[in-house]
Amino acid sequence: MFDNLSDKLDKALHVLKGHGSITEVNVAETLKEVRRALIDADVNFKTAKDFTNRVKEKALGQNVLTSLQPGQLMVKLVKDELTELMGGDATGIDLSGSPSVILMSGLQGSGKTTFSGKLANYLKTKKTKKPLLVACDVYRPAAIDQLHVVGDAIKVEVYSDRDEKNPVKIAQDGIAFAKANGHNVVIIDTAGRLAVDEAMMTEIKEVHKAIQPQETLFVVDSMTGQDAVNTAKAFNDILNFDGVILTKLDGDTRGGAAISIKSVVDKPIKFIGTGEKMEAIDVFYPSRMADRILGM
Amino acid sequence: AGKSKVDDDVLDNLEEVLVTSDVGVKTTLKVITRIEERVARDKYVGTDELNKILREEIAGLLSETNVGNATDFEIPSGTKPHVIMVVGVNGVGKTTTIGKLAYQFKKQGLKVVLGAGDTFRAAAIDQLQVWADRVDVPIVKQSMGSDPASVAFDALESGVTRGADVIIIDTAGRLHNKVNLMNELTKVKRVMQKVIGDAPHDVLLVLDGSTGQNAFEQAKQFTAATEVTSLAVTKLDGTAKGGVVIGISDQFQIPVKYIGVGEGIEDLQVFNKIEFVDSFFK
Ligand SMILES: Nc1nc2c(ncn2[C@@H]2O[C@H](COP(=O)(O)OP(=O)(O)OP(=O)(O)O)[C@@H](O)[C@H]2O)c(=O)[nH]1
Ligand SMILES: Nc1nc2c(ncn2[C@@H]2O[C@H](COP(=O)(O)OP(=O)(O)OP(=O)(O)O)[C@@H](O)[C@H]2O)c(=O)[nH]1
Ligand SMILES: [K+]
Ligand SMILES: [Mg+2]
Ligand SMILES: [Mg+2]
Repeated sequence: MFDNLSDKLDKALHVLKGHGSITEVNVAETLKEVRRALIDADVNFKTAKDFTNRVKEKALGQNVLTSLQPGQLMVKLVKDELTELMGGDATGIDLSGSPSVILMSGLQGSGKTTFSGKLANYLKTKKTKKPLLVACDVYRPAAIDQLHVVGDAIKVEVYSDRDEKNPVKIAQDGIAFAKANGHNVVIIDTAGRLAVDEAMMTEIKEVHKAIQPQETLFVVDSMTGQDAVNTAKAFNDILNFDGVILTKLDGDTRGGAAISIKSVVDKPIKFIGTGEKMEAIDVFYPSRMADRILGM
Repeated sequence: AGKSKVDDDVLDNLEEVLVTSDVGVKTTLKVITRIEERVARDKYVGTDELNKILREEIAGLLSETNVGNATDFEIPSGTKPHVIMVVGVNGVGKTTTIGKLAYQFKKQGLKVVLGAGDTFRAAAIDQLQVWADRVDVPIVKQSMGSDPASVAFDALESGVTRGADVIIIDTAGRLHNKVNLMNELTKVKRVMQKVIGDAPHDVLLVLDGSTGQNAFEQAKQFTAATEVTSLAVTKLDGTAKGGVVIGISDQFQIPVKYIGVGEGIEDLQVFNKIEFVDSFFK
């Protein structure tokens, strides 16, 4: 579908060149193709519009149309803009606390529990940390069991309390447990929740307030469509999170949500999930993501 | 009041509504073209009329496959036990949907058996067990890591022995581009047929309502591996609209049967296309 975006643009621009008059209107027409490609890649409608408007300015400034291969130049321009948009300082994870507390958040099924395990494993094996996983999802059937299975697999201790139904209390007790047992990183897994669920959003706000995490991470499924902006914005309004985790990138989704989220909350994408196994975690590369979104 | 003719603004606005509901560029343009054709005869169409036409056109894409006005959770007569195999990518809501469905069937007095065919994901069997306990239906399971086809086989045999009306088989979430995992699904299906020749009677593909255009590829690949016969769209209790299923239903001629509207046991509804389309405009 997009593999020929460059061809399409070349053709569109060529036709226009043939007509002699190269105007702002011509560029706009061409950028319509880009906009549609972005929307097909699940970039938010408005984000795509704003983005192509910005590219338009640049294209006019750089005389793209009078160049020999306008399509290719346009694709490069688009790609560079995308890369820049998704970039920013990849600061990594703040591990300065003692212990450092990391709070996970996100919609149902986005991959929080799996990523909690991956991150614990990464910090243990790559950063020689001694993490503790804390099970604060008191709702999902067998959520606590799931975190225990994950913890066992990577040989990381899990704190849970099956009799306690208050996530704030579990989080606090988990941190106390970490301090008493020499854990220098605490990863708090939470239940999935929808941004429109006021009670659940209040709950995570209270957890956040009570434990003051060094890192709050928003975990999002890379297959998410237009709704990504609403969700990211709502979670950010409540938590002012520090970074985004993009999961399930081992699929064939274009992953346009990455751009939408970045442009609406302006927080770095810190890690990606690339599989169900505990090793399937990678740092985020904006340029690779841009290629992916454009189908290159 | 409102606009008295279908001008570019109206169409642009419509395009925005559809695209932001995840309908996708292709299907959106298809809908818009149809509307343009319909109003071409009469240039002056009121806003109300336009809305009506619009709903009809969108529902039309769904209607060829969504016949009838089902409001109940029905299973066709003539298949006993009626076997439902539930498939989909990771985390979309398969296991939860099975719990909710089992509840609906049980409520009608039907005998339900669940098969714990996800032997891979951490605590997947425990999760289905919790649902089986909640609904109070039997579950057939083996240990983690065992062959899912073998679990399905057992579940069907056990269902037949118990005189079950409905057997629902859970499967592990898998991304549709993983060839081995998709082949495994084909095998699970084939092995079921050793017990009941025409099983599964329904292959239910679960799609997450917040998923964008990738759902097309999911429908395509799961259909190739298992001949999907119906769709369920979950998590529509949030702000996501799930519009991508319109194009999917149209292209693959698969009906949308159920929608998930929450995490609770009652939070499953029979799909209603008019309500679904209306939700785009709220
Ligand atoms: N293929 C793939 N699957 C993933 C990835 N991350 C998570 N998953 C799978 O996605 C599903 C959901 O993951 P969970 O970790 O349970 O998600 P969650 O956000 O904790 O879910 P809730 O607690 O129900 O909100 C599981 O089947 C995971 O194995 C990934 O990067 N790639
Ligand atoms: N809000 C909401 N959450 C849902 C709905 N359906 C499922 N969920 C939640 O989504 C998460 C994932 O659901 P599961 O049923 O475990 O999904 P799955 O497809 O079986 O996941 P895997 O087996 O890991 O692939 C859980 O937290 C569910 O409670 C729904 O309709 N609305
Ligand atoms: K999702
Ligand atoms: Mg979880
Ligand atoms: Mg499941």
